[in-house]
Amino acid sequence: MSNTNTPSAEGSQAGFLAIELDGAGWDGADISRAVLAAESAGFHAATFTDAPVPGRINALQRAAFAGPVTRSIALVPEVDTVYTEPFHVSTQLASLDYVSGGRAGWIVTADEAPAAAAAVGRSSVTGAALGQEAAASIEVSRRLWDSWEDDAVIRDVATGRYIDVDKLHYADFETPAGFAGAGYSVKGPAIIPRPLQGQLPVLAPASLLGEVQPDAVDAVLVSAPTPELLAAEVLDVRSRVGGSVAVIAELDVVLDSRGQAAASRETPFDGGRAAFAGTAAALTDFLESLLADADGVRLHPASLALDLDELGRLVLPGLRRRGVLRPVLQDGTFRDLLGLERPASRYASAAAGTGK
Amino acid sequence: MTQHNRAKSDVFQPSGQIQFGIFFQGVNSGTIWKAAESGSQTDFESFRRIAQTAERGLFAAFFLGEGLRLREHLGRPHALDVVGRPDAQTMLAALASVTKNIGLVATQNTTYNDPADLAHRLASLDLISGGRAAWNIVTTDNAWTGANFRRGGYLDHADRYKHAEAFVETAKRIWDSWETPAGPARRVLHEGQHYAVDVTPRLPRSAQYRPVLFQAGDSPEGRNFAARQADVIFSAHPKFDDALEFRKDLVERSVAAGRGANAVQIMPASEFILAATAEEAAEKKEWVRSLQIGPQQAVAYLEQFWGRELSAYDPDGPLPEIDPVVEETSETRGSGFHGAKARQLADQWRAEAKDKGLSIRQFVTSKTARIDATFTGSYTAVADHLAEYARTGAVDGFNISPWLVPTGLDDIVNHLVPELQERGVYPTEYRGSTLRENLGLETPVRTADAPSGAVRA
Repeated sequence: MSNTNTPSAEGSQAGFLAIELDGAGWDGADISRAVLAAESAGFHAATFTDAPVPGRINALQRAAFAGPVTRSIALVPEVDTVYTEPFHVSTQLASLDYVSGGRAGWIVTADEAPAAAAAVGRSSVTGAALGQEAAASIEVSRRLWDSWEDDAVIRDVATGRYIDVDKLHYADFETPAGFAGAGYSVKGPAIIPRPLQGQLPVLAPASLLGEVQPDAVDAVLVSAPTPELLAAEVLDVRSRVGGSVAVIAELDVVLDSRGQAAASRETPFDGGRAAFAGTAAALTDFLESLLADADGVRLHPASLALDLDELGRLVLPGLRRRGVLRPVLQDGTFRDLLGLERPASRYASAAAGTGK
Repeated sequence: MTQHNRAKSDVFQPSGQIQFGIFFQGVNSGTIWKAAESGSQTDFESFRRIAQTAERGLFAAFFLGEGLRLREHLGRPHALDVVGRPDAQTMLAALASVTKNIGLVATQNTTYNDPADLAHRLASLDLISGGRAAWNIVTTDNAWTGANFRRGGYLDHADRYKHAEAFVETAKRIWDSWETPAGPARRVLHEGQHYAVDVTPRLPRSAQYRPVLFQAGDSPEGRNFAARQADVIFSAHPKFDDALEFRKDLVERSVAAGRGANAVQIMPASEFILAATAEEAAEKKEWVRSLQIGPQQAVAYLEQFWGRELSAYDPDGPLPEIDPVVEETSETRGSGFHGAKARQLADQWRAEAKDKGLSIRQFVTSKTARIDATFTGSYTAVADHLAEYARTGAVDGFNISPWLVPTGLDDIVNHLVPELQERGVYPTEYRGSTLRENLGLETPVRTADAPSGAVRA
């Protein structure tokens, strides 16, 4: 799909902040507490990693659980595209959009761990094939989300029709020529009506770009080895994807907290992302400068219990005072937050529906 | 430990009580969408309202179906009935945050899921809900449904239970893998005809050990499968005499499977049309039936068996004199329609309708109404009737399909449940916080570590 508007058109001074809620435990009450704390701290979005760690509940279900207990925060789980059924993924994400009142998004991942392949009895997918799997799965979801036009449910008592069949469409997806994995097809239409947002915002790591075309996604997640290199990487990705795709910087964060210096705190960081360690005031300065180039930042706190508290008390209020954060949307959608229009179904102008 | 002793006994002992579940939402003519009171089928508020009403009525379980492909009619999506539903587990995870005690049952297919992935997601639902998850195990095998999935239609009809059983056993081993709530997990390996699994499970056991297993097959193979694997069977035999017969049959099968006479509970599908008096209930039933099967639905029902358009026929006139153009009905309208011998059926139906003097609409209403599964009457009369089921142990409960969304349980919860409680045949509180506790099911015992790893073909 292509976006005709530009999320960053208002200027780079108004960005958004996402927080990764990993570490919220496996109890429903833990998840509620964490997501409510993130919402009241003023975060725009909560993300849910699905990397395979012992004790970690399925990310999409954590996001779904958070849906009814929150009002404004976007809920964005990671969902794998390599070892999952695209039809199920599409239905699950559309359902998340319904249970969250239009606040759902999708962080596309492409699992390259051999263990993930072995779990479902498939051979390991690597290299460019990962991006191909991701691209195919995104395309399946996009088509299925459009396969019911917005006004397909008509409830027309006079003619006895619950739906207008002309407004339902087969997706007829086929993996493209040159697809490295086992090719497949998905017929459609979706089993669920069109998501509340029409299309959920799709976020993908920059590492998948190439096979995944920029116009297939709404935002790109950018990582760099150090905070110093992060802004340059953001600018580099921006130049590759153009102005219509949001660029989100990934940042590990460990703060001075409760009398303990950040440098002396233990962290779960593995060095894969830029990590910021220091005071809340220094982080506020750093984020202000980062948000001059990035549309948003996804923070990965070392400890939710400690860092979320500091972020909510000090960092977010500081950034708000400096005018660098977008307002939190009450009763808005995740698309609204990203500045994306609600798109018409790609099939809406088609002359005929299924079976024609 | 009375539950424990009951379960192990070879003699069936009725619990003396019944429980309710709700099956939401049918994508069929059973759900009325034409009434002014008919709410949204997709908005979360409809789901929240009905789940919270069920919980107020101390229902044991809230079921969701699974959609894998939209039903079709003469080659296009079927337009006349309610259609479109959410992913079961995603919706149930959301409902877990706005309910406390009710069980959350996801219908999930063994054919279009991977065991390791499905077991992980069900374990997730079980943990996030504090031990309230269940899996309603279903099998499908047709290529038409497979067209929505990477693996396509790979499974022979004859193999589906064999496949399903290996799947379920693998899932159980995955749920059984953590030694303590802190781990470690033992690796689960399976090499089968249709799939291979090699996984170190990521989640510990839940407050109810593992998800409760429901199963709905009614063929001899399906019943044996339930007798070996399931905790609850979602049966198709709600009528009193049939229910007793089914109980007897299932007790024999579960004793033969070495699980004891009380190991598998029975909850038939049902529909309730209730009012203060028998007369009002009968009137309400007329209204419900007229909205479930309208004129277009009556004709479309016949079209499914005739395989051709019959829109020229008057729904209030006799059955079509022309013959079906198909040999057998197809699977595209759902499993209930699959494989009927069309010509033979048409002859039989024409004779039957003529005999009874029924129009198309009257005839189809008589065929589609859940005649055996519908309890119609005053609150007190239906409560008396259900009390008989409880006393004899004909069933352990009923899975109720409401004909109206989201208010379809209000009558039952406000009026029938108190009548049943007065008769001492319905719970007056939730027994515990997990589904297993609330159903009175035994907690599974963890299997010993296999001496040479957990490899099993």
